[in-house]
Amino acid sequence: MDQVLSNLSLLVEFPIVNLKIVLDGIMIGALFALAAYGLALVWGVMNVKNLAQGDFVIAGGYVSWWLVQHGFPALLGVPAAFIVMWGIGWVAYKLVISRVIERDLFTSLLATFGLAIMMAQIMNLLFGSDTQSVDLGYDTLYFFDGIVNIPIAKLIGVLMAASLAVGVIIFMKSSRMGQAIRATAQDARAARVMGIDTEKVYAFTFSLNSAICGAAGAIIVMVWVIQPFYGISYAIRAFVIVTAAGLGNLPGVIAAGLGIGVLEQYGAHIFGISYQQAIAVLLLLLVLLIRLIQQQRNRQVLK
Amino acid sequence: MARKKIILYALILAVTFIAPFAFPNFGTQLATLWLMIIVALTWDMTGGQMGYNSLGNIFFYGTGMYVAALISIGRVYDIGDYTSAAGGGIFEFTDVQYFSGLFLGVISAGIFCSISAVLIGTLTFGLRGPYFAIGTLGVAIAAGELVSNWDWVGGGQGISLPGYPGHPDTGKIFFYFLFAAVGVSVFVFVKWLYGTRFGSAINAIRDDEEKADAMGIHTLRYKLITWAMAAFFVGMAGGISAFQLLHFEPLETAYQTIFLGIFMVVCVLLGGKGTLWGPVIGAILFHLFKEVTWNYFLGWQWVALGALIVVTVVYFQDGVMGWLMHKRPEWFGIKVEEKIARETK
Repeated sequence: MDQVLSNLSLLVEFPIVNLKIVLDGIMIGALFALAAYGLALVWGVMNVKNLAQGDFVIAGGYVSWWLVQHGFPALLGVPAAFIVMWGIGWVAYKLVISRVIERDLFTSLLATFGLAIMMAQIMNLLFGSDTQSVDLGYDTLYFFDGIVNIPIAKLIGVLMAASLAVGVIIFMKSSRMGQAIRATAQDARAARVMGIDTEKVYAFTFSLNSAICGAAGAIIVMVWVIQPFYGISYAIRAFVIVTAAGLGNLPGVIAAGLGIGVLEQYGAHIFGISYQQAIAVLLLLLVLLIRLIQQQRNRQVLK
Repeated sequence: MARKKIILYALILAVTFIAPFAFPNFGTQLATLWLMIIVALTWDMTGGQMGYNSLGNIFFYGTGMYVAALISIGRVYDIGDYTSAAGGGIFEFTDVQYFSGLFLGVISAGIFCSISAVLIGTLTFGLRGPYFAIGTLGVAIAAGELVSNWDWVGGGQGISLPGYPGHPDTGKIFFYFLFAAVGVSVFVFVKWLYGTRFGSAINAIRDDEEKADAMGIHTLRYKLITWAMAAFFVGMAGGISAFQLLHFEPLETAYQTIFLGIFMVVCVLLGGKGTLWGPVIGAILFHLFKEVTWNYFLGWQWVALGALIVVTVVYFQDGVMGWLMHKRPEWFGIKVEEKIARETK
């Protein structure tokens, strides 16, 4: 308790620390927002809640890490992870996801949970259970007498995340496939009538989601650490963000992603780093409860 | 028919009694099998019969472990002293202290879990479908993370409990019969429960909650009572596990969300959701599969288990009972009118 109070008073005495926490939170939150955008895409288009989302992120990180171990430049990892995870996403779609689209939501939740366990264990066998990261070897920028420090690697990561997001948004807005995806999300049956091959759209959407997650993971491995079993916490964060923002609400997803990044950093600062996972999950419960109360207000009952 | 059933039940009871003596080397595995049957049957109470798929029933297992351990320790020593020494041999329990602590701990674990089920349920039962599953999963994960940061109850190190005061082989049989007793009581209880008005009410909630509400069923009350009953048994099973395992820690043993927490769901799906025998058959099949992969797919056992989960959920969701019901409807007292069946085809 004393620790918590002293951490709080630190925030008040040195306001500049807040700036550091907010910046850290935004940088991390940008990556959460990417994974959450992929989840919202799959959720909205094919009504599948993908609990393996976090494991796609971690797998992308391992692709990048593996390349660096074999002498490739680190920045190549992001496009490489995008391509490899595209393939893995396609295989996962054909084997599992395509068979649960028409079923009830709990089925897809459980099937992707099983997929998540499998992927985490395979990564554990292939790469070991140690935490891994890729060192880009760039400097760190210091501001305000070294209280606020920004590693250049993190800046590059955020820029890459932003450009990936912009690329995906432009693709969804202007390309034929993007239009077909949006049409399928609105009304799959009408889209079929209009000559859209929805099966192809589903496969494409899921692969795209997996590729976005992979690229996010490749960025995360440059600025943070990954470990085979970290996946589930990314999946939970993605759920928090999508549940808080709602489907098909892109600005909302970005805002919620950054917000959760900042909240988590504050929580980790105040309560200690070991509470970070717990805070992510408690935020989920909080968001669910708020939604519940909102819905109860809408529900009309005869008494 | 009735006599056949009595013979069948007598046979099962006889096997239950003989099994640990016939296969003394598998004492612990057999006890774990009963644990799987208990958690599968209780999961089916809400998941199969009431339509509320919880992924957080493991919360009661973990909480039961902690409550049972803390109560049995707290009666004799100061808990903070005990956990900070990690049970390092300084703290001894007499036989009387051990057994009275065990029984008191296990019973209070059940009661505590029932109360917490009512509290958590009041908050989460407004969530429907997958939101309920994710919400309860969140409760279980959050509880594990918070307990692992709580130093008074041992933090991430967990708690060590004293061993069974007697020969280890007797201990194995002792714990087997504890689990078996709880398991048989769960089975008898749910068999009775599903035949009553209460059983029909929760089935009505599964089939259409709004209509059930309109028919005058207090849905929230029924949901809370059902979950509390399930939590009572899971909490007791957790309490027994704590003493059987001797040592447990929060994330991988107590609140083992991705292990037992998901296994219980797969057991039920494998056997057949919403049936009396399904969870039992599923638990036996799953446990066999798990032990076989453990012995022959060294290193890849978890991947094989994950694959089993995916295959069960995607391709075999009706389970053994659903498949049997489809193939042999007459075994379940369902009469298929040959003529109508042919005409509708």
